[in-house]
Amino acid sequence: MSRISKIDRRLQDKQEAVQGDLYANRVKVYPKTVRGRMRQIKWAVLIACLTIYYVLPWVRWYRGPNQPTQAVLLDISTQRFYFFNLELWPQDIWLLAGILIMAAVALFLVTSLVGRVWCGYSCPQTVWTDLFMWIEKEIEGDRNERMQRDASPLTADTIWKKFLKHSIWLAIAFWTGGAWIMYFTDAPTVSVDFWTGDAARPVYVFTGIFTLTTYVLAGWAREQVCTYMCPWPRFQSAMLDDQSFTVTYQGWRGEPRARGKRGEGVTGVGDCVDCGVCVTACPTGIDIRDGIQLECINCGLCMDACDHVMDRTGQAKGLITWDTMARQVAKKSGTVEPIHLLRPRTLIYVTALTVAVIALSVALATRSTLGLSVQRDRAPLFVPLANGSIRNGYTLKIVNKSQLNGAYDLSISGLTGAGMAIAESDPTPEPMLRLLGSSDEVETFRLLVTARPDKLVDGAQPMDFILRDTTTGAQTVYHSTFMGPPGYAGGTP
Amino acid sequence: MPTKIEKDAVSGRDTTGHEWDGIKELDTPLPKWWLWTFYACIGVAFVLFFLYPSIPYGPGYWHGVLGYSQRKMVDEEVAKLTAIRKVSLDKIGALSFAEIKADPALLEVALTDGRITFAENCQPCHGAGGGGHIGYPALAAGAWLWGGTLDDIQQTVTHGIRSGDPDAHNSAMPHFGADGLLKPEEVQQVADFVWATFYGHAKPGEDVSAGAKIFAENCAACHGENGEGNRLVGAPRLNSRIHLYGDARETIVSQVTLPRQGVMPNWNARLSPATIKAVTLYVHSLGGGE
Repeated sequence: MSRISKIDRRLQDKQEAVQGDLYANRVKVYPKTVRGRMRQIKWAVLIACLTIYYVLPWVRWYRGPNQPTQAVLLDISTQRFYFFNLELWPQDIWLLAGILIMAAVALFLVTSLVGRVWCGYSCPQTVWTDLFMWIEKEIEGDRNERMQRDASPLTADTIWKKFLKHSIWLAIAFWTGGAWIMYFTDAPTVSVDFWTGDAARPVYVFTGIFTLTTYVLAGWAREQVCTYMCPWPRFQSAMLDDQSFTVTYQGWRGEPRARGKRGEGVTGVGDCVDCGVCVTACPTGIDIRDGIQLECINCGLCMDACDHVMDRTGQAKGLITWDTMARQVAKKSGTVEPIHLLRPRTLIYVTALTVAVIALSVALATRSTLGLSVQRDRAPLFVPLANGSIRNGYTLKIVNKSQLNGAYDLSISGLTGAGMAIAESDPTPEPMLRLLGSSDEVETFRLLVTARPDKLVDGAQPMDFILRDTTTGAQTVYHSTFMGPPGYAGGTP
Repeated sequence: MPTKIEKDAVSGRDTTGHEWDGIKELDTPLPKWWLWTFYACIGVAFVLFFLYPSIPYGPGYWHGVLGYSQRKMVDEEVAKLTAIRKVSLDKIGALSFAEIKADPALLEVALTDGRITFAENCQPCHGAGGGGHIGYPALAAGAWLWGGTLDDIQQTVTHGIRSGDPDAHNSAMPHFGADGLLKPEEVQQVADFVWATFYGHAKPGEDVSAGAKIFAENCAACHGENGEGNRLVGAPRLNSRIHLYGDARETIVSQVTLPRQGVMPNWNARLSPATIKAVTLYVHSLGGGE
């Protein structure tokens, strides 16, 4: 029988105490700092993510005169979304749906291959919590020091250190909330206006909200967010199977765990020396040796911690390692199970991802900056005129998403002898109209189409509006209908 | 539901004792901070009760200390909107039609105001979008009795037709049949002529010369020799594909025998001059404007 470590006992005591209670006290987690490969990767991802987040709003991008100069800007007031070269309108919101589908499938794929690495490395909750923990460690010291400090009576030093820690947390939280706002309004302007009191009220409100959420979630809530608030841990198991790589304690190698020396002459014990560093290093306070569990965010810090111990006890590294459940079963029985990256699940995810990427790329590449939409008048459906011809009314909207004023030729096909006129101006019908559309605007025209078709089957005839950009030659077609009295035959009753 | 609390073998925890199709639930305690968050939310609810209108009692309700009232907000919004509208309506009232048309923003306001005014006042007779009904001219088709320029339309809308207003358009077609000015067979003859010549139903070999003679003597004075109508006296154009009282031959007979005399109210009694101008611009824009 293996001995139960001190940390295990502490956790078990806690669990026994709450057994049967409706509400449980939070077991505060004091993660111990570790060094190693996984920690380095975590720092690299953290620095990359935070750099992008804080710096991106300050990147400038020239689009033309009187255009916003911010590379990434979600301008709610003018309903324009800028991403470097790309300018999106609210009508393009389906692109966002496409991007979200892509992100979701990519997340499924990554999870089915290597487990919850999103949770462990790049989730904002993890990234900011990691940053806040690092600050905590720099000020208050490492795990043991912090536990001791919290258990001892308050001293001036403790008060000062806690004050300093929370001040820095709040400063970072404020910077985070401020950076969020900068994605929605011009960064240099708002960073001045904020302090002169000229910024809009939502700027202050949202900066306040995001400051508070960052401070509370990263400073106080931490692993509670992952365990109790986040839906992802609840359905991650649907993406995982026994071929997915996850942070795994190799029980066949480690058990039976026991304290003491390893080496020549030591038999009957596994490689695990039951030191508990994997538990103390864990940012969510779990024991990886219990197997894969809801709270595990797959960050691999326990691997780093354990590797040091393996080194010291003269054993092979990787008692805790990335592996699949199937390979663990095989290893236990002494066989070798190959790695299966290509499985029906991953192939389906890859296919879905490829389709989404291609569809989105094609949609983006062929996205037109010229749009035409036509709405037929419903009342009256048509107007018979004194000379026997018929007139239909339409409301035309020309969408010019480009940065240049446009001149367009509007013509009609499928309706011989049709004449068009803009209602409010000169009402003389012309076969072709020259319409102007200001840059970055939607222009609305009331169009009157007069025609004398030879006959109208069922009182209606399909026809097309063709809009041609006179500078680029780009064309857009809108299918519509021309209506008249049923039984109409060339204007003779 | 059977309640059998047992110890879960894997986690070592108690179950809630509930079972659904073999699925049992662990009795995992809720974190205390969560509980306190609930309590805080309840506390906030009471604060909101205090601040905002909430508890009803007997004849009234607790108004809240902030004085919040949606009715008041609506009144304020409407007052604000009325003030904004007044600026453009005053402008529309003061400027000429040409000046309004030269200002696209103002024209848009006028057309919108006109559209709503039309829908509320004119549409029941003249139809949505001015499509017209039997007995009510199709404004969109430009079947004007008294003229289709902006000034003509403004005049008609302001004073009406046979409305009793001193400046109203008045005209009276004689009761040719009812008063015995034409004999019944003469009425039929003139109807034959109008039906064949102006309504476009000429049959080969049909002789309508008798009707033509009657038309020239009795009708042409107002309706014109070629049935082109006369807007000075409000005489409808006959040589057209659209007709005020419908396209059937019987309507010609009944109209010659005992004419219907349509009435349009004088809207100066109900609409402000600026609004009349706006509705005039709208009617003119429907496609029949001249």
